[in-house]
Amino acid sequence: MKTDKILLDHGSGGKISHRLLKDMMLPIFDNPILAELNDGAIFDLRGMRFAFSTDSYTVDPIFFPGGNIGDLAINGTVNDIAMCGATPIYLSVGLIIEEGFPITDLGKILNEMGKAAQKAGVTVITGDTKVVPKGAVDKIFINTSGIGLIPQDINVASHHARLGDKIILSGTMADHGITIVTQREGLSFETPLSSDTAPLNHMVKEMFSASNDIHVLRDPTRGGVGTALNEIAEQSEVGIKIYEENIPLTSAVAAACELLGFDPLYLANEGKLLAFVTYEQSEVVLAAMRANPYGNAATIIGEVVDEYPGKVFMQTRIGGRRIVDMLAGEQLPRIC
Amino acid sequence: MTLKHIEEYRDSEIAEKLIKKIINTSKRNIRLMEVCGTHTVSIFRSGIRSVLPETISLLSGPGCPVCVTDQAEVDAFIELCRMDDVIVATFGDLMRVPGTKSSLQKESAGGRDIRVVYSTFDALEIAKKNPDKNVAFLGVGFETTAPTIAASILSAAQTNVKNFSVISAHKLVPPALEALMAAEKINIGGFILPGHVSVIIGVKGYQAFFDRHQIPCVISGFEPADILHAISVLVEQIETAKPVLENAYPRAVTFDGNTKAQQILNDVFEPADVCWRGIGVIPQSGLKIRERYAAHDAENLFDLQVPDAQTPKGCACGEILTGTKTPPECALYRKVCTPEDPVGPCMVSTEGTCAAFYKYHTA
Repeated sequence: MKTDKILLDHGSGGKISHRLLKDMMLPIFDNPILAELNDGAIFDLRGMRFAFSTDSYTVDPIFFPGGNIGDLAINGTVNDIAMCGATPIYLSVGLIIEEGFPITDLGKILNEMGKAAQKAGVTVITGDTKVVPKGAVDKIFINTSGIGLIPQDINVASHHARLGDKIILSGTMADHGITIVTQREGLSFETPLSSDTAPLNHMVKEMFSASNDIHVLRDPTRGGVGTALNEIAEQSEVGIKIYEENIPLTSAVAAACELLGFDPLYLANEGKLLAFVTYEQSEVVLAAMRANPYGNAATIIGEVVDEYPGKVFMQTRIGGRRIVDMLAGEQLPRIC
Repeated sequence: MTLKHIEEYRDSEIAEKLIKKIINTSKRNIRLMEVCGTHTVSIFRSGIRSVLPETISLLSGPGCPVCVTDQAEVDAFIELCRMDDVIVATFGDLMRVPGTKSSLQKESAGGRDIRVVYSTFDALEIAKKNPDKNVAFLGVGFETTAPTIAASILSAAQTNVKNFSVISAHKLVPPALEALMAAEKINIGGFILPGHVSVIIGVKGYQAFFDRHQIPCVISGFEPADILHAISVLVEQIETAKPVLENAYPRAVTFDGNTKAQQILNDVFEPADVCWRGIGVIPQSGLKIRERYAAHDAENLFDLQVPDAQTPKGCACGEILTGTKTPPECALYRKVCTPEDPVGPCMVSTEGTCAAFYKYHTA
């Protein structure tokens, strides 16, 4: 059964989103820079290397524990640029606001955006505001774009993973995704859940100060760690082995996922990164990450292997082995 | 929920001991069946199949509520959401299940008002907030979910929420076990019985079945160590030819089960002969809403005309649900039928055997 309409699944970041991208967008905008499919575009101009990225934010609810749509929009684009190995410099902000939206809420969001930009060390240099009739958008949508400079000798890309690379995850996973789901559904837990939204550019800089032997950087946002690793395995044509025991997860997130039937491997993160680092330099880079507050729970979760090229597999706690597939569509809550 | 507790059951040392015990005890080739989608997922996610000796085959039975929902029932759900002034409330799993011509997800994209809820009481709230609409909840699931759905009907009746109804497609586990035993070619050596269902029906819920068939049965929890323990007990029972109905999940399951839930369930529902996808009609294996709650029975309230339901050609869901085929033995698996574009429900639900195979199985 094919569909003639856009489904929510098309925006999930999983396989169905990929198909939309590959079938409908890439053929039209076909060019070598886009074809790389990194978090941002990487290109040379007048002897310098730039990273350029854009992202739209439609999160519901707009205010959530740990952040709001405003700081999320700044951090998200800052991180996409940082994942290209670049130092983010300038950002644009586009606001689409629903008629009737409270001015005080807008003030709060803008205020948080200002603070987030300051924290990340980026400047918002252009923007646009549109107001649409009630119901044409849900409260407020934000687009941010950003540009950054890539220092010499830094060369990261999704297709650069190499055999033997160690895979570092900068902290616990699924915090943002599960926070949003539980907020949306009005569920509360004994241990409060909180989004991990954070700018990662300073940590990335410190990682490169420790070593340039970083092959891939990726922030596992929509689609989670599972989808990000699958994309890297596919683009680098390597096998990826991860160890269930090593993957950091807070007990609150684990409990909420258990209850709702979600696999934390596929839930969004907004302040975490995956780094593929040579075996020799992995400890140095890990130490640099742990020295940063956003990376203090960084852990080596796996490695690049020669088995199952293009696939991700997991050694489970009980010593079993299974495939970690890419997410197909939106994760739906289970029945029992 | 105390997580330390869960972590204990995932402890690799405990698991290692159990695996060794299973390997040492298992001599004969045996086929064990789990009859619960949550077990299926846990088995795949923890890679249990990959640590078991070749003598043991694990089969996934009809334990995923979405998977056993008959095509005609899915078509009725779709028909229901197309009615004027109706809001359909459903658990998320059902959204993608293909009916004969459409799915709830597609109907939702086409503008029908379909709300995904986590609890039937959320559906009741929607009814209270939308007095000018009829809110119909799609009641799918086993003994686990049926009591809360019964409670929402009771609550609607008591608080006079006239615009709330349920379409009941509930199924019962023990009659399905009977049907499996009656089927040919199945050759099951023992059952891993569903933990959640057992919390409600208790050990006694299986007593009659066990007494009749004298087949090894173990009620199991959901952590990898729980399941490994259940397998180890089953292997021992089979090797010593001493079948027992054993409760290996005593931290949650009692002999009598949850009697209050049973009362509510019996007050609202009565057993009925219903059709299971791929299996056919099983006597007294479903739950229909009793006459006294007819005002909240969607099938009674709406004239649901469902033309002949057609299960997709080539789909082996039925054989897969009864353990006579594995997903790779279905001609459509991976070629035509994928989680993005599912043909049968076993590929849709996260708890479906095909979806679990597709997602987790190391080829």
